[in-house]
Amino acid sequence: MTASPSAGWLAFGRPAPVAHPAAAIDVAGITVTYANGVTAIKDASFMLGSSTICALVGVNGSGKSTLFKTLMGFLSPATGYVTISGMAVADALKRGIVAYVPQSEDVDWSFPVLVEDVVMMGRYGHMNALRLASAADRQAVDQALERVGMAGFRKRQIGELSGGQKKRVFLARALAQGGSVILLDEPFTGVDVKTEAAIIELLHSLRREGCLILVSTHNLGSIPDFCDHVVLFNRTVIAAGPTQATFTEANLARAFGGVLRHVRLGGADLHDDADGRSITVLTDDERPLVLYGEQDRETMVTPGKTEQGA
Amino acid sequence: MSPDGWLTLLLEPFSYGYMSKAIWVSALVGAVCGFLSCYLILKGWALMGDALAHSVVPGVALAYMLALPYALGAFTSGILAALAISLVRRITLLREDAVIGLVFTSMFAAGLLIVSINPTSVNVQSIILGNVLAISDEDVVQVIIIAAVSLLILGLRWKDLMLTFFDESQARVVGLNPQRLRILFFVLLSACTVAALQTVGAVLVIAMVVTPGATAYLLTDRFSRMIWLAMVIGAATSAVGAYLSFFVDGATGGLIVVLQTLVFLGAFVFAPKHGRLAARRASRVTSGVPA
Repeated sequence: MTASPSAGWLAFGRPAPVAHPAAAIDVAGITVTYANGVTAIKDASFMLGSSTICALVGVNGSGKSTLFKTLMGFLSPATGYVTISGMAVADALKRGIVAYVPQSEDVDWSFPVLVEDVVMMGRYGHMNALRLASAADRQAVDQALERVGMAGFRKRQIGELSGGQKKRVFLARALAQGGSVILLDEPFTGVDVKTEAAIIELLHSLRREGCLILVSTHNLGSIPDFCDHVVLFNRTVIAAGPTQATFTEANLARAFGGVLRHVRLGGADLHDDADGRSITVLTDDERPLVLYGEQDRETMVTPGKTEQGA
Repeated sequence: MSPDGWLTLLLEPFSYGYMSKAIWVSALVGAVCGFLSCYLILKGWALMGDALAHSVVPGVALAYMLALPYALGAFTSGILAALAISLVRRITLLREDAVIGLVFTSMFAAGLLIVSINPTSVNVQSIILGNVLAISDEDVVQVIIIAAVSLLILGLRWKDLMLTFFDESQARVVGLNPQRLRILFFVLLSACTVAALQTVGAVLVIAMVVTPGATAYLLTDRFSRMIWLAMVIGAATSAVGAYLSFFVDGATGGLIVVLQTLVFLGAFVFAPKHGRLAARRASRVTSGVPA
């Protein structure tokens, strides 16, 4: 990406904002049980409003993907309810409010579709029953591809792209759709650091436009960098709220229950003086979360802050 | 032989009404099956096509016995088989291929049993091997109706079906109902399986709903083009197969499928981007680059 500092590929205009009600997700006491009798989510509640980037964090099998499926209407809760922007899920889907960026493993990369075909799939909800693209649809696709810097790849078959490029194509599809509630499933797996930064910048600009973005991720270390809210999930909501207050070592320990790799370097190992502060590294084998400070009062260390503090 | 003699010989099949009828019916069936094959091969459902083709046999046998339209019987038993497969899979822990194998062989056996108990009602060979050269006018009407309705529905809904097959979540997110579209696809597949029984027979239907799509897949990276290619390949091989069967005096079904396989092999070797020769060229270019 050789973008100028101010007007990179992120700054390009988004299709005219749709007259949607303010983005919101309200999950109220839902219990979700599969047909085979397995209860994947039990009595989970949280609320998110517009202009939010929220991380959804939990171990594998904690019900994160079940939650996503419920938000997309694949499953309906046995008890409790979900509303999106104040509407039932089915109505929100019909109005194109929910956009979804799938996990890379869930996509058939050998399917004979070109990059532009995939992005056009975001527009189907805007088209008539024959799905014939109008000038507005084509313009939305062009703009979305420009915005993620993939305009030069539109005639490529999707399997020919790199991991980061693949992600950007599906982000472009969500942009072309123009949904104000965006669900991202593991957006950083198989993506290089540069693309990760670009995706995060794109999410920030979507937040400024009022979108509500829910990101399922194992990348604990980057959550404080870009998420203002966190939902810690393990079959139910362990903790939910603003990142600073919620994304704490104690809550993480409750959500992950010893599954995380946990390295603590006590003060005595770090320096010879009586400074009691220690370093804690929590990692899910992706980018680790680093905490520093006195026991139980440690604060998150982000690369930027350390440099400033030094 | 003089050039005129050759021409007369080559045009001879068209002077027989049954031959032109067979050629047109085969081409139509080949085109619709080609269309459907594009979806089937991309979803790993090829076996499902085979299962449906075998499962319609008892329906056809019963329909002939009761003097009902054969398409009705075939269609009913095809749908029954599909339902049985999804039911057995839901209530047991068996894998899908085992369930499919179980259901379709049971249905096929039931069909053979019905035919053997009541041998005069239907010629078993014409169900299993097809007999388009002797197709009755009633059956021609049934095949044309099935093919025309299927093509119309596919023409209107092909993009929704493509999205459902490619990315079910996105289909849902834009307000489609993937479950309903999948059922629509299976109904169309059963209908076209029934139509193809007439041309190639139950045993070779699987080739009609797999080979054209597999061939087209090697030739393009774009789904819309893949559909056109598969339809042209399906129609052309079926028409030529029916035409050649006049001279070879062999089973039409066998000829059609052999032609489809030859076209596939051609694409496998010579396809511009995904063929073996192209792959070899590409690897030579890569290894030929000086370090």
